[in-house]
Amino acid sequence: MKLFDKVFKFNGGIRAETKKNISTAQPIRKIPLPKKIVLPLRQHIGKLAKLKVDIGDEVLKGQLIAEADGNVSAAIHASTSGKITAIEKRLIPHPSGLPDFCIEISPDGKDQWIEKKAIPWKKIGLDKVNELLLESGIVGLGGAAFPTHLKLNNSKKAGALNTLIVNAAECEPYITCDDMLMREKTHELIQGIKLVHEILNVKESVIGIEDNKTDAINFIQHAIKKEKNISLQIVPTIYPSGDAKRLIYLLKGIKIPKGRRSSDYGIQMFNVATILAIYRFIEFGEPSISRIVTITGNLKSPRNYELLFGTPLKEIIDDAGGQIIKNDTFIMGGPMMGFKLPSIDVPVTKAMNCIISSEPAMIEEKKPVLPCIRCARCAEACPVELQPQELFWFSKSKQLEKAEEYNLFDCIECGCCSYVCPSNIPLVQYYRFAKSEIIEERHEYEQANIARERNEFRLQRLEREKLERAERNALRRAQSSSEEKTKLIDEKRKAIADAMQRIEKEDDKND
Amino acid sequence: MITSILVVIFLAVIIGIVLGISAIKFKVEGDPIIEKIDSILPQTQCGQCGFPGCKPYATAIANGEADINQCPPGGDEGIHKLADLLGVEYKPLNAEHGEPKPKSVAIIDEKTCIGCTLCIQACPVDAILGSAKHMHTIIEKECTGCELCLPPCPVDCIDMVAIEENAENWKWKYPVYKIDKVSERRAS
Ligand code: SF4
Ligand code: SF4
Ligand code: SF4
Ligand code: SF4
Repeated sequence: MKLFDKVFKFNGGIRAETKKNISTAQPIRKIPLPKKIVLPLRQHIGKLAKLKVDIGDEVLKGQLIAEADGNVSAAIHASTSGKITAIEKRLIPHPSGLPDFCIEISPDGKDQWIEKKAIPWKKIGLDKVNELLLESGIVGLGGAAFPTHLKLNNSKKAGALNTLIVNAAECEPYITCDDMLMREKTHELIQGIKLVHEILNVKESVIGIEDNKTDAINFIQHAIKKEKNISLQIVPTIYPSGDAKRLIYLLKGIKIPKGRRSSDYGIQMFNVATILAIYRFIEFGEPSISRIVTITGNLKSPRNYELLFGTPLKEIIDDAGGQIIKNDTFIMGGPMMGFKLPSIDVPVTKAMNCIISSEPAMIEEKKPVLPCIRCARCAEACPVELQPQELFWFSKSKQLEKAEEYNLFDCIECGCCSYVCPSNIPLVQYYRFAKSEIIEERHEYEQANIARERNEFRLQRLEREKLERAERNALRRAQSSSEEKTKLIDEKRKAIADAMQRIEKEDDKND
Repeated sequence: MITSILVVIFLAVIIGIVLGISAIKFKVEGDPIIEKIDSILPQTQCGQCGFPGCKPYATAIANGEADINQCPPGGDEGIHKLADLLGVEYKPLNAEHGEPKPKSVAIIDEKTCIGCTLCIQACPVDAILGSAKHMHTIIEKECTGCELCLPPCPVDCIDMVAIEENAENWKWKYPVYKIDKVSERRAS
């Protein structure tokens, strides 16, 4: 273990009150099997998973119930055994507040697993491991929910890897699910890191952690004492140190330019919870069916829970004692990047790392929005070194091309700019709006191109068919006329032959 | 025997030539300004502009034979883009050509469909599947919502259904914050 490592410092960022100790006083808790499990088909980035079961089917825990649709998608498994009792649109934890396709399982109470088989990864090679990961349903559990097999695919394309970075920064206030995982499952996590280290065939693994997690740091330091290739690097608590590119810079001093991936620099990064999911899948053949969720904020008994996907959030809020001050406002994700939940009648999903019951101050604090005074504080705070005030102006006035020119799509929506803005402008909301708009425009443009192509193809086809028809008719005409000709010739021949016969007969008579 | 072989060869040659010519004739290069105009048009191919498709309308604009405000599916935004491209004044959509509507797709009631193939012949983007006497379905992804398949259907079994907002196509909305003027705030 290396003790001293230089830590680089990225531009901007903020030091906010972390509020993490609200949810770390009690150990991780599991709750009894809920009465219903509701699994949305949309829990990841990419295409909706494809349904593999019907209403009435009996399923076992860990059974595939929806498979990945193509490569940019992720599978979904039954998180307990039981019967499929509904397949319909239900409310999902999504900022739109719109219902989406879900599978409802009525648990039979036995919680009976499918036959679990460890993956003999040493024998089958990385390609095959990747194929199996596509079926594992594992996505990035840090909150982004990006399918894990895709990440590995990308790094395979880029060539040899040399470093595995384990993202344990957990920089957003309130969230403590990774911290608690590191405290309570230290040994399993280190086993997982060693496994992924070997599978990726990297030279070193670095765990990057913020200095506010002293317990986790102690446990991990102790656990990796004898590991030569695994090191722990402590970074200062500055939000957003957990952002992938920021953490790589903090640990390695490498700035990954626009449009490049960390794998182009031999680096692969996974969040601690994702590492654990990969470990459980490869060592025990368990697909992704549960996660640790921080349930915190304005609650009687805030803490972390280990929850099956599909567990009704409402039951957990009740288990945590309910809200101290009732306001029915909940945020999914952190206070910086999260969104307001449309309702708590939603299930736990792969992307759900944290639920914050809003504290009254968070709501009442809605300060009036004032005009931008061009103080440039936002630019100082922006960790990506963008010009947030310009992006704001272009997004607000819907000059989308301009916003793109100013690298709108490099914005990681970290919220540092909104946080420091003295005019209380909800800057990130403008960026999200502008990004959405541009993405839709691109989509429409692609659709139009397809329609144009199909239309041209059709015109071409019609033209071809017309010509072919004309060709056929001409040919028929030509053929029929030649038949008539031979018929005519035959008739003439016959007439001549007849005439000849008559002449011969007459000649005979005359003889 | 020999005649039949000759006929087949003759046919092959003719079709080859026809395909070759049409490939050149329909090649998508053509006039760059027409291409640029066409790339702004929404490719719904509905004919509301008074031309048999977007490309013919683009050609007519390029030749100065049509105004820029005749395409309802393109809406105001489309007219603005055309005006910018051609360096002319923006003008509002000419109502004679119709009103912009929310994007829709055609849905065939497969129980009523008699399989007459008339809609297939009308669809400008070949978005309808089916053969004679068999019920037809629409490939929703390819349907441009042009409504051209509605009039020919003898049993009125095609409906236009507006595309609803769902978790897939949902967009972040424009923030609805009232920006206070500093002066007003001082006053209050
Ligand atoms: S911090 Fe706010 S007021 Fe200052 S320049 Fe940025 S957007 Fe404008
Ligand atoms: S939200 Fe975007 S613009 Fe604002 S600080 Fe973060 S990266 Fe920069
Ligand atoms: S009116 Fe219809 S056919 Fe004409 S340009 Fe617009 S979309 Fe194309
Ligand atoms: S299916 Fe009907 S509405 Fe859709 S593109 Fe074809 S003709 Fe137009």
